[in-house]
Amino acid sequence: MSDRTVIVVTGARKGLGRALAEHFLAQGCAVAGISRQASDLVHEHYADFPADVADEPAMARAFAAINRRFGRVDALVNNAGIAAMNHALLTTAEGARRVFETNTLGTFIAAREAAKQMRRARRGRIVNLSTVAVPLSLAGEAVYAASKAAVESLTRVLAREFSPLGITCNAVGPTPIDTDLIRGVGREKIRALLAQQAIGRMGEVRDVVNVVEFFLKPESDFITGQVVYLGGVW
Amino acid sequence: MNQDEILAAVYEAIARANELRDPSAQIVQDPATALFGAGGALDSLGLVSLVLDVEDAVNGATGRAVSLSDDRAMSQARSPFRTVASFVDYIGERLRGPDM
Repeated sequence: MSDRTVIVVTGARKGLGRALAEHFLAQGCAVAGISRQASDLVHEHYADFPADVADEPAMARAFAAINRRFGRVDALVNNAGIAAMNHALLTTAEGARRVFETNTLGTFIAAREAAKQMRRARRGRIVNLSTVAVPLSLAGEAVYAASKAAVESLTRVLAREFSPLGITCNAVGPTPIDTDLIRGVGREKIRALLAQQAIGRMGEVRDVVNVVEFFLKPESDFITGQVVYLGGVW
Repeated sequence: MNQDEILAAVYEAIARANELRDPSAQIVQDPATALFGAGGALDSLGLVSLVLDVEDAVNGATGRAVSLSDDRAMSQARSPFRTVASFVDYIGERLRGPDM
């Protein structure tokens, strides 16, 4: 059993997930990364568990392997997600299904598997990733925003269901950050989005890390079911 | 796992649940004990914990990933969780089926 705080990060191979994994490792935590493809992150206290978050049997196997390696799960950061920016009239059902499977179903499956392990210790932290696209109802992001609105609803209901087990469940809603997720978004669209924020700058990884860390703090055990948007969006 | 081994796993989960329960509210380790529903000893969270403890034990013993808590089981007219005996029978059925 690890004597370090054990944090599971989904979508840990690149972008925000990679940054979160590296940050927690630097803080002295043990990190279990879940991504579809294997990560090249090498660290004494990092272990990689390749799985598609929407693949239920694969996720059950991944969490069983995490338990064998680290002995428990203290926190889960449900970061794995795919973006879909397209007009609704040009969006296929297959594309929409893929977004919902990764963003919504994957978040649910990971939260459920993590909570099964957290319940033994009667404590745990789950942080889901939403987006400012939900409160801003951004045109061109119907499916993406809907999948994340579902994540917010999950966050609130899981907060109630997991509360008797000592597990909190919260979400952070970032503004655009310069990661692969928004690489295909036009500059004009980004400018228009920033204009809707009270603080009109691009988000940075450290902004997200700050909120995630806040939710993970032992002192945050009275905070659950909350969604914190970055950049002054509501 | 045979029926006796499954019953032992359920009794072990009951013992774990009893550790957190008041001495006056201990669940009796007997096939006829009512678990959930009319006259049952468990509330919904207690049932979830018991099912997950047994699931862990069964999967640990068999090396499989069998879910004992799907929607079908939760919504059956004759709940498989009404007594220890019905729960044991249900686990046996699930173990004869596919994983998850």
